[in-house]
Parts: sequence; structure tokens; C-alpha cells
Amino acid sequence: MKPFGEKQVKGLLMITAFSAISILLLIALFIINEGLPFIFSYGLKEFLLSSEWQPQLGKFGIYPMIVASLWVTLGAMIVGAPLGVGGALFLSEYTPRSVMRIIKPTIELLAAIPSVVYGFIGVMVLAPIIRDNFGGPGLSLLSASIILGIMILPTIVSISIDSILAVPQSYREGSLALGATTWQTIHMVTIKASKSGIIASIILGLGRAIGETMAVIMVAGNSVNIPNSPLDSVRTLTANIALEMSYATGMHRQALFATGVILLVVIIILNSIASVAIRKRIARR
Amino acid sequence: MFNNIMKTISALAIVLLIGGCGKGKTSLTVAGSTAFQPFAEKLADQYMNSHPDISVTVQGGGSAVGIQSANSGAAQIGMADLVALPEDAKGLTATIVAKDGIAIVVSPSNQIDGLTTDQVRDIFNGKITNWKEVGGIDAPITVVSREAGSGTRSSFEQILANVNLKRDALIQDSNGTIRETVANDANSIGYLSHGLINEKIKALKVDGAECTSETIIAGNYKLVRPIFLLVKGTLEGETKNFIDYILSEEGQKTIVADGLLPAK
Repeated sequence: MKPFGEKQVKGLLMITAFSAISILLLIALFIINEGLPFIFSYGLKEFLLSSEWQPQLGKFGIYPMIVASLWVTLGAMIVGAPLGVGGALFLSEYTPRSVMRIIKPTIELLAAIPSVVYGFIGVMVLAPIIRDNFGGPGLSLLSASIILGIMILPTIVSISIDSILAVPQSYREGSLALGATTWQTIHMVTIKASKSGIIASIILGLGRAIGETMAVIMVAGNSVNIPNSPLDSVRTLTANIALEMSYATGMHRQALFATGVILLVVIIILNSIASVAIRKRIARR
Repeated sequence: MFNNIMKTISALAIVLLIGGCGKGKTSLTVAGSTAFQPFAEKLADQYMNSHPDISVTVQGGGSAVGIQSANSGAAQIGMADLVALPEDAKGLTATIVAKDGIAIVVSPSNQIDGLTTDQVRDIFNGKITNWKEVGGIDAPITVVSREAGSGTRSSFEQILANVNLKRDALIQDSNGTIRETVANDANSIGYLSHGLINEKIKALKVDGAECTSETIIAGNYKLVRPIFLLVKGTLEGETKNFIDYILSEEGQKTIVADGLLPAK
């Protein structure tokens, strides 16, 4: 007797495939259902563009947090992208394969460190360094950007290496045979050929950076404040939800769900821009 | 193989089920204020030792949750640490079981020893931004506060009155992280529950009164908030017994031993 026939396997796999999608759908529906009524009753413009967040007084403006989320993510990109892509290029083009096979999994281990540990290191080591050398409270946009930049390194390095290694060896050989140096080959041939993969790695890193919560709560200082400098303390959208959820009731609670709706929208917009960018690059080739 | 796993799982489930609903204990749920939660847990343990037929479960969630769950019946007893109970707690029977001082804390390296309530208010409002304005060194003040909705924060702001927290104040989400932040930053100022003062931070005198158990009991220290236990309807049966136990000499001794102040 065959335990599983062709049809059963297909059916089973279909259920698993739909479970992921339906869970995504359920989460989105739940957040929208809880948050959207608040946005309508409070007013979208007031909610998005007011910078007064005082739940006790019934003022819910998340503009400072939207700005902060974007700044922190941009900061993480500035720190993480050059380091990650540079590291990936060095490991794939200059390092012997045998060495790379040891170093790459080691870098990937960074992803296995829980975010609370990154936050802890940020609070105990990074924040005092910034406070003593640059001033400000230490818990700031800058420290959040650095910590997040490090957290997204494994994503960027690992996927970039994979896409660089996927460039056929014959491309490089052709370039070298024409008399190009290793660096000329890298920036004129290898990077061009693996561009879409490198961009995808940066976008995945971006997704992780904007969604990260725990480490950011610990190092960003969490003031509801539009930052004037990288040394100012900020509160991101994710931090706002996590910080206040435990105590929030009534309108306040709905406002936090509405913050989740906005976060969802921001992430969808970023991802769409990113995937359009990737598609264009692929089309151009 | 598969069968064996299933057998193990079902055996475990049966054991858990039988263990779980064992002897038909009367259960009591207490929920709310995170400031009082560790005390409630300790009191519950002691109470269960002397009353083996009763099981007391303690949950956190904050004062708002305490009021909400007492109202909805999700918990028999709600805990709240607010200076004044809000409208929706009007239908609940409130008993003060302890008092808690709110200490204004700075780093031990700070040379300031005391502030007036007006100075504290101005610092948290952002009117005073440099330590030299209150007699300290020339350094900017880093204000550290709790998140909106925290019982400690709302008590602090209600007692001081007219507090409109400055925008760039750092926000931390527990007494413990406030303590860490203040201990690590020589120019910071924060506030936390009096029971959590340790050698890493320094509590300031407020209007000349030190923040100690004696001054709080004597009524000299201004920043004091009551801790309420809230019960729907009238006190009776098991809830009354448990609250009576907390108010008894033994219960109050436990409260004092861990840094809170007695109710009376």
C-alpha cells in the first residue's frame, strides 16, 4: 500500500503553501480592522502629520516616529551596505574559496545573535562611547543606526556573495584576458553582472532594519522627537507600539494598532519601490 | 516511530490534565500594576503556604490592566498604583494596601543633593536644561522618563502637577531600565519606585526631605503614591481573606521588608 499518492502530496503541499499566505492575510486584516477605524475617526492627516504624541491628552500624531523610522533605516543602510557589499566582494574575489567557506558561515552567525543582545551591547558599550566623544545622551539615532547596520550585515554579505559567485567564471576570464586588472574586472564586470542580487540583499537588510524593535528600543532613547542631529534620541514606529502596548487601553490602544497599519504601508511602499528597481535592472540587461 | 511519538504526547497530555485540575482548588487571580507585582507574588506564595486549598495567580500588565480586569471579571483583584483612580474605577471597592515613594534619582557622581519640587518640574518640562542652573556643574541635563500610560509616570506627573514632559526626554519602559540609564549617564535625571534605589544611583532630597521610609511615613516626603487593590462589588469571601492577609501584620512586614511602605 502506498502511504501517500501523488494527489495527496499535492494537496498537502498546497495546504502548507496557503497557510503562509493566509496567516499573512489574517495578520494584515487584524491590524487593519483594529487600526483603521481609529484613523478614520481621528483623521488621517492629523494622525500622520501632527507631531504631538500625548496619549493622556488624546493627541496622537506619529509624524516624528515616521521620520525617525526612515532616518534610522537610512542610517543603518549607510553603515551596513558599504560594509556588507565591500566584505562580500573581498571574500568572493580576493579570498581563496577555502578560506571564504570558513568566513562566510562565521559572518552568518551574526544573524543568530538575538536582537536583545545587540541592544545590550549598544547600551553598555556604544552609547557611552558616543556620549563621551560626541555629546548628547548617547542613546540616539546614531547608535541605533550603527547597531542596526551591524545587524543587517549577515543578510547583505551572505546574499551578495551568493549572487557574485553566480557570475560565470568565463566573464571574469574574458575581462582579465583583455588586460583588465582585478579591480577593473570587479567594478566593470562582476558588480554589473550581479547587481540585482546585491540590490536584493540590501533591500532584505532594509526590511530587517525597519522592522527591528527590541534593539532599537534599547539604544534609541525613545523620545518622541523629530531629530535635528544624529545625536538626538528618537522613537521609531515599531518602538512606539512595543513600548506602550502593555499599558494602553481604549483610544490609545487603537492608536497603536493604527501605528501598525502605517508601518505596514511604509514597508509595502519600500518593498514595491525596491522590487520595481530590481525588475528594471533585470530588464535592462 | 510515529505511533510512539503520539503515545508519548497523549500520555503527557493526560498527566498534565490530571495534574492541572488536581484537587479542585479555589483559584484567585490578581492582575495589574507591575510595581506591586513582585510583592503580590511573594504575598501570594506565603498565603498559599498557609492556605493549601487556595491557588493565587499573579499577573502584571500595568495599572490600567488592573482596573480593566477587575471591571471585566478577568481578575478577582486588580492592582493599581495611581494617585487618583480614574472614572472607570468608580464602581470598584478600593483598598490601600501599601504606599510607595517616587525617588528622583541621579548618578552618584552628580554633586547635587537636593532639588525643590519647582526645580524638578522645570527640569522635566524643559525650562531648566543645564545642571549649573540648579547649582551643579556646567553640563546639559538628560531627562529620563517612563512611557505614557505607566502608573509611576502618571503618579509623578499628578503629584508635581502641570508637568508637560519635554520632547527630547529619553523614555524607558521599566523601573529597571530607568535605573540602568541613570546609572550609566553622569548628567541624567530620572524617577523610580523608592524600593528600587541601590548604590548605583543617588536619590535626591525633594524640598529638603530625603526619600527614605521614615520621611515618607512621617509625611515629609512629597512624592508618595498609594497602591490600591480593586475588587468588583463588596469585599467578601476569598478575596476579602487575601486582602485581610496583606493588611495583617505578617503581610505588611513582607511589604516593608522589600522596600514598600505600610498602608497605615
